[in-house]
Amino acid sequence: MAPTPSSAPAPAFDYAPAPESRAVVDIAPSYGLFIDGEFTDAADGKVFKTVSPSTEEVLSEVAEAGEADVDRAVKAARRAFEKWSALPGAERAKYLFRIARIIQERSRELAVLETLDNGKPIRETRDADLPLVAAHFFYYAGWADKLDHAGYGANPRPLGVAGQVIPWNFPLLMLAWKIAPALATGNTVVLKPAETTPLSALFFADICRQAGLPKGVVNIITGDGRAGAALTAHPDVNKVAFTGSTAVGKQIARTVAGTRKKLTLELGGKGANIVFDDAPIDQAVEGIVNGIFFNQGQVCCAGSRLLVQESIHDELLDSLKRRLTTLRLGDPLDKNTDIGAINSAEQLARITALADQGEAEGAERWSPACELPSSGYWFAPTLFTNVTQAHTVARDEIFGPVLSVLTFRTPDEAVAKANNTPYGLSAGIWTEKGSRILAVANKLRAGVIWSNTFNKFDPTSPFGGYKESGFGREGGRHGLEAYLDV
Amino acid sequence: MSERLSVLKTYKLYVGGKFPRSESGRVYEVTDAKGKWLANAPLSSRKDARDAVVAARKAFGGWSGATAYNRGQILYRIAEMLEGRRDQYVAEVADAEGLSKSKAAAQVDAAIDRWVWYAGWTDKIAQVVGGGNPVAGPFFNLSSPEPTGVVAVLAPQKSSFLGLVSVVAPVIATGNTAVVVASEKSPLPALSLGEVLATSDLPGGVVNVLSGRTAEIAAPLAAHQDVNAIDLAGADEELAKELEIAAADNLKRVLRPQPVDNADWSATPGTDRMTAFLETKTVWHPTGALGASGSSY
Repeated sequence: MAPTPSSAPAPAFDYAPAPESRAVVDIAPSYGLFIDGEFTDAADGKVFKTVSPSTEEVLSEVAEAGEADVDRAVKAARRAFEKWSALPGAERAKYLFRIARIIQERSRELAVLETLDNGKPIRETRDADLPLVAAHFFYYAGWADKLDHAGYGANPRPLGVAGQVIPWNFPLLMLAWKIAPALATGNTVVLKPAETTPLSALFFADICRQAGLPKGVVNIITGDGRAGAALTAHPDVNKVAFTGSTAVGKQIARTVAGTRKKLTLELGGKGANIVFDDAPIDQAVEGIVNGIFFNQGQVCCAGSRLLVQESIHDELLDSLKRRLTTLRLGDPLDKNTDIGAINSAEQLARITALADQGEAEGAERWSPACELPSSGYWFAPTLFTNVTQAHTVARDEIFGPVLSVLTFRTPDEAVAKANNTPYGLSAGIWTEKGSRILAVANKLRAGVIWSNTFNKFDPTSPFGGYKESGFGREGGRHGLEAYLDV
Repeated sequence: MSERLSVLKTYKLYVGGKFPRSESGRVYEVTDAKGKWLANAPLSSRKDARDAVVAARKAFGGWSGATAYNRGQILYRIAEMLEGRRDQYVAEVADAEGLSKSKAAAQVDAAIDRWVWYAGWTDKIAQVVGGGNPVAGPFFNLSSPEPTGVVAVLAPQKSSFLGLVSVVAPVIATGNTAVVVASEKSPLPALSLGEVLATSDLPGGVVNVLSGRTAEIAAPLAAHQDVNAIDLAGADEELAKELEIAAADNLKRVLRPQPVDNADWSATPGTDRMTAFLETKTVWHPTGALGASGSSY
């Protein structure tokens, strides 16, 4: 670990531990698959363990779905489809409003659960994930009886059974992004949560029970990539929605080729965060930190490339480094924690390898002085300077708390560098000049542009990528299209 | 043992989140369809109307400034609270409109669902009626709906509850505040609605409910310089014309009476009752030019 820069402020005082209570959540020793309104074992009886990434403690054992289970789940969803899609929109809406309300009621429990299973700080699950989850259901609930007004013609029809595969970085939020619009438009779903974060989706199954949702409308199958592949390949699935890596997204695109399955993909990114010389430095620093260290950088729309105008490079880096020394890494359940654990040993190994490669290729590595816990998966916030566009750390999605810093002189150069990537999910622009924001935004090939802010999400706002970051939009009126036969 | 004597409710106005009597001290007799006495309702005065406008104006900044999401949550909360007091409203609507229990229940159920319908509209109406405009020049150009302000609402005369909810909910969903004149003959369900509004996190003054002679209360509202719009649903043809003339003095937005009392209030509403009380604001901003920069990839 590099020494703390001399400009680092002396800590004024130490924080006392402020752990959120685990007592609010009751995790069962084992969970089955949620198919047709019932929890059942996998056909072949297989199970796998899910661990807390911050301690490596085994949290529970969940069923590992095989092809037979996927088939059973799809059949259940198919049986439920006829009645569910025939319900008046206003009735579907009321189910979704119920779900939204129950999520609000149980949000602390779910926040703690998500922090345990994912490793992200409770401050984020409590203040970002869970409020957004509830809001997403609330928003799409309201669309269920208003589809005639959505701009897709009168009485747009659902597609049928949606097979949905989601990642581990925002387990419950990604579930909400998938299930809420699917159900609002009259589809039924089979959803597979990520292998390392199955628990919140299983708790969601219980919320469906509390809401009285008809059986088979939502089916949750846990398992690894094979279950996901079986789901996307199932011949009776009408819609495939995937959030995850670009490599898997391409594989799914090949799988559905030649079928009538509608496909939406929300994949990787290498977002550029562009800071002009007239930007308010302190706010930009906060935005940069939020852009790359939110959720340990395990965010597809992370601002992982900092493009800073050359004239303010030194000043900005100085401020940024000073700010990084104040980040608190540790127990994700501690309310003062900024940086939690990396989600899995596998992801940690990937981040470590890419960071080492960055160093080997000649970029300059820096991290604040930062003690890592002895158990669990941890990676210190890391900056790379002297990065060129040819460096791996400037090209590959690292999906971790690693920021690559590049410079530019003119707005044109900033745009050219920002667009120099196969990805196109997000970008940030920091400047006081409104016309420059809009001019640069017009030229950026990315689906979400944040100006003088970063990582803002709202159920009303469409999200999704250009180029190899995928296609289709989630959120907003646009998000309905993915689940309508239009 | 003799039968227990029930406790009667004193029906009062709902203004600024409080339940005052009419400042005039007047009441009038409200009867059921068969002429049986139900209650003495406040007979509101011009002064009550003006007080209600003051309350509605005071509430406008906060309510219109609340996020659409927040307004949606509150409208949904109103539905939740109504569901819990469903029996009370079924009884009141049955008495007020001379309906059977089951017909009255259908009215109340539809009214509850109407709040849910409009709860879902709060954060969608801007996406349906607003949007970016592709002007022929280097400008960002965005049109967004905004609430017009304080809206006077003359509730339908016959549909005392479903009709009432159908005209009030769309007004406040978009961020307006309302001064509502209840059905003259059947004001009790409207006055009771105040009890639900007061316990649903709806800020005081967003909805104000007055009872009395529609013509007497509506005249000062239609002429009021601090009222931005008026919904004439509950006015007959002659009164509606008079009020529309008065409303022209400060160019209030006027929603003319539809054939309300034959209206099918149970049909799914469109967006008309919201858009009638919305302004459209268009913002321009130069986008600047970057030359031929940017990759076309």
